[in-house]
Amino acid sequence: MSVEVETVRAPALEMRGITKRYPGVLANDQIDLDVRPGEIHALLGENGAGKTTLMNVLYGLAKPDEGQILLDGVEVRIAGPADAIAQGINMVHQHFMLVPVFSVADNILLGEEVMRDPVFIDRAEAHRRIVELGRRFGFEIDPDARVGSLSVGWQQRVEILKALYRNARILVLDEPTAVLTPQETEEIFAVLRRLADAGHSIIFISHKLYEVLEIADRITVIRRGRVVGQRVPAETNEDELAELMVGREVQLTVDRGESHPADVRLSVEGLRVRDDRGTEVVRGVDLEIRAGEILGIAGVAGNGQDELVEAIVGLRPVASGRVSLDGIDVTGRSPRAINEAGVGYVPADRHRFGVVLSFPISDNLCLTSYHRAPFSRGIFRDEAAIESAAEERIREFDVRTPSAAAAANTLSGGNQQKLIVAREFSGETRLLVLDQPTRGLDVGSIEFIHRQAIAKRDAGSAIMLVSAELDEVLELSDRIAVMYRGRIVAVRDGRTADKNEVGLLMATGGEEREASQVSGPAA
Amino acid sequence: MIEVELPPGRFRPPELTRDSLRHLLRRTWASVALPFISILLALVVGAIVIVLSQLIVPGRRVDLTLPLAAYAALFQGALGSFDGLVRTLVASTPLVFGGLSVGLAFRAGLFNIGAQGQFLLGALAAVWVGVMLRDASPFIALPAALAAGMLAGAAWGFIPGFLKAVSGAHEVVTTIMLNYTAVSVIAWAVSEPLDQPGSASPITATVENAGLPILIGRTGHAGILLAIVAVVVVWWLLFKTTRGFEIRTVGANPDAARYAGMRPRFITVLTMAMAGALAGLAGAVVLLGVTRYMTASFGTTVGFDSIAVALLGRSHPVGIVFAALLFGAMRSGAPLMQIQAGIPAELVDVLQAMILLFLVANAVIRRVLKLRGVEAGLGTTETITRTYGAEAVR
Repeated sequence: MSVEVETVRAPALEMRGITKRYPGVLANDQIDLDVRPGEIHALLGENGAGKTTLMNVLYGLAKPDEGQILLDGVEVRIAGPADAIAQGINMVHQHFMLVPVFSVADNILLGEEVMRDPVFIDRAEAHRRIVELGRRFGFEIDPDARVGSLSVGWQQRVEILKALYRNARILVLDEPTAVLTPQETEEIFAVLRRLADAGHSIIFISHKLYEVLEIADRITVIRRGRVVGQRVPAETNEDELAELMVGREVQLTVDRGESHPADVRLSVEGLRVRDDRGTEVVRGVDLEIRAGEILGIAGVAGNGQDELVEAIVGLRPVASGRVSLDGIDVTGRSPRAINEAGVGYVPADRHRFGVVLSFPISDNLCLTSYHRAPFSRGIFRDEAAIESAAEERIREFDVRTPSAAAAANTLSGGNQQKLIVAREFSGETRLLVLDQPTRGLDVGSIEFIHRQAIAKRDAGSAIMLVSAELDEVLELSDRIAVMYRGRIVAVRDGRTADKNEVGLLMATGGEEREASQVSGPAA
Repeated sequence: MIEVELPPGRFRPPELTRDSLRHLLRRTWASVALPFISILLALVVGAIVIVLSQLIVPGRRVDLTLPLAAYAALFQGALGSFDGLVRTLVASTPLVFGGLSVGLAFRAGLFNIGAQGQFLLGALAAVWVGVMLRDASPFIALPAALAAGMLAGAAWGFIPGFLKAVSGAHEVVTTIMLNYTAVSVIAWAVSEPLDQPGSASPITATVENAGLPILIGRTGHAGILLAIVAVVVVWWLLFKTTRGFEIRTVGANPDAARYAGMRPRFITVLTMAMAGALAGLAGAVVLLGVTRYMTASFGTTVGFDSIAVALLGRSHPVGIVFAALLFGAMRSGAPLMQIQAGIPAELVDVLQAMILLFLVANAVIRRVLKLRGVEAGLGTTETITRTYGAEAVR
């Protein structure tokens, strides 16, 4: 990259002294940010640091109280998202804004249709443009594919295409890799690099340090609404970035210590489970977890892990096979029966299953035990017991909230997850099922949850850890099982497993792949 | 869903510092602001309608103070005299039951449009049993007639609940169908098995001993007390019992309810049956306390007005009482308004509809008036959109 060119040209985007106040919060405090043409600029910060507010200001969703925005050196006003798009600023949200039942082409065209005449869309032309655009950035996309049938990685590419189709010069990606596998992440990085080479500027929001170091040209770190530092990847490292981000020294990898596996706690034999559409997605899983052991399940999202977990905790019917806990058959028992047998469950989709957002924290903390003493007496709720237990757990698990009576939707994502962990980890547990326990969380919360999991293991609980985050599985697990297309294709020792090998197994299923294609039913 | 009540479980003596007082006021404002503003805006629109309505009459001079005169008469008619007050209470009573019915269902994420049908069936069962026991002791006849109304309503609510639980049939569709069915059932029952021989048009006998005793004034029947009891029971069910917690959880997040070991299908059936029982009681109370007999055309719009009451009261028992009193007062004041100001009683329908419109369009109001810190939606309107939306996706 030529240094002279960069210094001569004005930054593609410059935000100067952006300040945004919300009642009681200074979300952005005099933030300066400049992004050069063709640069991948990472914005790093914990949840609630002010990254989202800053991007909302850029996208016209929030009006700054102070500060200026300059595009190519010219001050602009951005009235709203439509205005932002018109000025070449596009955002790819973490939760995709796609219509699943529409085709790729329809999603890209939506709102920006190419017309053949005043009535009909020129599909042929639209398809041509989309295919060409995809090719230019290194991927072949079928414009007729239904978005709902695409993998998450491809859906993200559709989002990026959507932005490019609208002539985006500045592309904001909000946690783009949170939902991707390591391989998909590599692929998307390749796309991003080509975009940058073609002169697009990219703002890459993340709190995954190693990714930021890998992809970014420059890194701006935000903490509590202020810019606390700017770094170039070559001159910094993960530890320094984490410290900047959190404001204190952080232990990035928790010392998992020695484990002392005892008797078999959970045993799963020949389990087969169907998904919502009736397709068999868990196709004969056998596994065992011992008390005092963490079994990590590595796998690309959508290989049957969620269904496996849901079947174990009783939320999904078992097609065939057996689940037993300490030798007692619990196959097909209700979620309540399994919970009462000492199984804690941290669900992957915390907003769907884990919390009732409109309820107070105290009610959420007794969500799975509201019907038992001390939280109920006969048909009545014991409000005093609910509240005092809640306050105790809030303290113990460091949930940051002014009061147990505050609604769960006032908590940040990390604190919501701590709330769920506080509920599921407390008391005597025999098995903990953790499905993506740290997805989307900041380093501080991840560290905390990992420590708690190790502590539970050492207290004799069996732990099943499902994560699309391969590093998390490698860091915590005593044993690692790789799940591919509904089967466990390999088991490795957690301390000696090779990251590349496990990643390859996740992506291809190893030798099992051919075997399953020969003998297994058509998927 | 919004929690209007203060956070539960505060048994520590509350310290009334300035801060906590301000916090309390803010919370209260957040939950009552929207209903309050909706009512005010509806009155404004009503005033405009009154002024404009004068233009229709040729040659009449437009009197800009007429809205004030009309509202004054409405107020006086509803609350200006002892009789008026009693009339207001009587008119509010079925709305309280009906509002509780719709509100309870909203809490469970269900939209009970069927309150009208449950109301009619409740009234029918009450008159049926009431006429059968008309000569029995009041201590037997009255409870039996009330129970019959309640059970009939419960059965009429159970059906859509059951259908939803076993087949996913949407309660909005099934309850509307059951409303029509209820009208037909009444027409048949009054003209065939219950028709009093010798009368010119289909009409039942009066319920006599099964009627609700008059306690205050000339029309203030004991149903008013029953309504108060119902409010307390529903409040207590919703917020003090584990069952109520299940109902609220299923309404707020059915997936989390399943995760928590609750049974959303069972709760759906149970809640619809309970909602039906409340609407059935509304019908029984009107029949046993006010009309005391039934004609083929029996039927008010209580069941439909109840939806507005529940929305205005934000599905909270206490809010529902206030909303029902407001709507009841407008009904009871309307005749005087018609006499004194010459404004048709139907203006009340306009007001009621406007209140509802503003409530449901709350996003617009909050934006236009730049209301900060006012609770976003009525959880209940979210229920409406969600129950429609969720089904449409499948």
